[in-house]
Amino acid sequence: MGDWYYWHREHRGTLLAIFAFVVMFAIYSFNHPVGLNANVATTAANKGVLLALVAMAQTVVVITSGIDLSVGAVLVLANCLASRIVLGDTISTGMGVVGVLLVGCLCGALNGLIVVYGRLQPIVTTIATGAVFYGIALALRPVPGGDVNAQLAEALTGKLWLDIPASLVLLVAIIGLVWMPYRRSVIGRATYAVGSSESAAYMSGVPIKAAKFTAYTLSGLLSAMAGLFVTFVTYSGEASAANGSTYTLYSIASVVLGGVSLFGGAGSAVGAVFGALMFRTIGDLMFVFNLEPLWQPLFQGLILLAAISLGAVRLFQVRNRLELYD
Amino acid sequence: MTEIGPSSHAVKSLMRHVDPAIATAFACIVALLLVGSIYSSSFLSPEYLLQQLKVGAFLGVIATGMMFVILIGQIDLSVPWVVAVGGMMATAATAWGPAGEFFAIPVGVLCGVVLGLVNGFGVAYMRIPSMIVTLAVNAVAQGLMVVHTGGFAPQDASSHAMRFIATGHSVFGIPNALWIWVFVGGIAVFVLSRTTFGRSIYAIGNSERATYLSGVRTRFVILTAFAISGGLSAFGGVLLAGYASKAAQSMGDAYLLPAIAAVVLGGTSILGGRGKYLGTVAGVILITLLQSILSVMQIEEYARHVIYGAVIILMLLLYGREYQVR
Repeated sequence: MGDWYYWHREHRGTLLAIFAFVVMFAIYSFNHPVGLNANVATTAANKGVLLALVAMAQTVVVITSGIDLSVGAVLVLANCLASRIVLGDTISTGMGVVGVLLVGCLCGALNGLIVVYGRLQPIVTTIATGAVFYGIALALRPVPGGDVNAQLAEALTGKLWLDIPASLVLLVAIIGLVWMPYRRSVIGRATYAVGSSESAAYMSGVPIKAAKFTAYTLSGLLSAMAGLFVTFVTYSGEASAANGSTYTLYSIASVVLGGVSLFGGAGSAVGAVFGALMFRTIGDLMFVFNLEPLWQPLFQGLILLAAISLGAVRLFQVRNRLELYD
Repeated sequence: MTEIGPSSHAVKSLMRHVDPAIATAFACIVALLLVGSIYSSSFLSPEYLLQQLKVGAFLGVIATGMMFVILIGQIDLSVPWVVAVGGMMATAATAWGPAGEFFAIPVGVLCGVVLGLVNGFGVAYMRIPSMIVTLAVNAVAQGLMVVHTGGFAPQDASSHAMRFIATGHSVFGIPNALWIWVFVGGIAVFVLSRTTFGRSIYAIGNSERATYLSGVRTRFVILTAFAISGGLSAFGGVLLAGYASKAAQSMGDAYLLPAIAAVVLGGTSILGGRGKYLGTVAGVILITLLQSILSVMQIEEYARHVIYGAVIILMLLLYGREYQVR
């Protein structure tokens, strides 16, 4: 009984996100003009997985009560780099993938170094490093173009047996091989402690510096994975500042929808993944219900505003008004 | 026994009053001018400096609003589209005829104030982190402008008054835009240092809880600070539209990072509660000169992004670091 209570408290946000996504996706697939077939599912999965990876990247940093506003820029950089080096035979393609992921890690590590050892605020740091990453992306790809290994791209964005979208399998694999071990490791737990109370974590001997540094580096890695996936979907690279800031905004929206606390210390990447899938489904719902494309950005913004307003529910639980002013 | 003369006393007391961050910022300005003058002697000419101050005035007005918000320990990420809303609504009002032309500037600023009030309500009364609320309001503002301009080309020419205040020269050959900045800055200095409202802004930045307990209506102060920021961002947009004689959708994109950087480079703590307006002035001039020198030296766009981000990080590492967790 006791265990169940705490488990439920810890995962309440994630469960809510999963429930909301399932309801929305059901409405979407019942109202889709052709119904839910393999192609519709694959396209939806590809778009969803893209955002889900960026949302995971944002989550690991938000858990430390930081923020990474450079996820979009790292994604764009990885996209531009991948459109140059993920080419050719198996070996050079493999090296290219490793190279892109390594660059993502480096970007994240740079953020981590500046935030942890430079002791600058995450917001300012990541806005400024975002400009640097975007500049490098622009140098790599001044005009949109490039190419990517088509076999690999088709394999990862296509269908597997039983018409299961390959991208979903990839996402599950990343959650299982990257997020789960990280969450259970000492460092992973330390990031939650840092997010809850940095000074208490310091007093308890938690490795706060290593925890924060790892979180930012992992965020860079996951953003680079998303950038790589963008390349597989579009078969080209584009240094677009608008794309970068859109992904950054959507990543924060997904994190909020996924029940991750923006004050840090609570939530999980699984929740953020479902938050991302939910956010994508909202966009698809507008398409299914024939909403004028002109009005879509406004509705997306209003839904975002409404979703974050749900965070105000905690005001009703406050017993002492002083709890509000921290 | 060493004798301490009166002049040494004066120097010491002067040193105590000079904020090291502001002094460093002004030193960086001088250094930038010297670097520029090595490249071309026209960097030290009064015409060039006045031109820089005129261009900087737009950033100065926007950064003034940002400073109010940063001083209470929050941040306003809705700058890009609030700037655009200010410019586009003002030009839209111009199209209504003579009466519209008269009201163009107030209409633009008022739209910004309304968006700022939404920000402030979310932060102050619903207690949602400012980073999230302002990002969502930015998305909503973008959606509104897409609906406003979509489908047909709206009237986007600015009124005579807007062009006059942004590009004219009236007194002593000093650009009107600069007078506007002096006027806005003068009011900001007065409000911040001589009114209860200003003092409570600093107090909230240090500890909102203590400020609330000492009887200040902290929520109202926060709401007002965000309204000021929204209004000044929109006013910046009005000025920019006057300067370019038309409004464009992406006109505000280039002002978010510079506005935050100018405030923070001027020694204002991003955690709030500490900072002087003189520092923001120094930060604005510093950023404007940096941008100008990078473009005069004809450095490629990608390198400009990289240098720009790197310089901001380096300067912050010089004097913007936080204290270590203990």
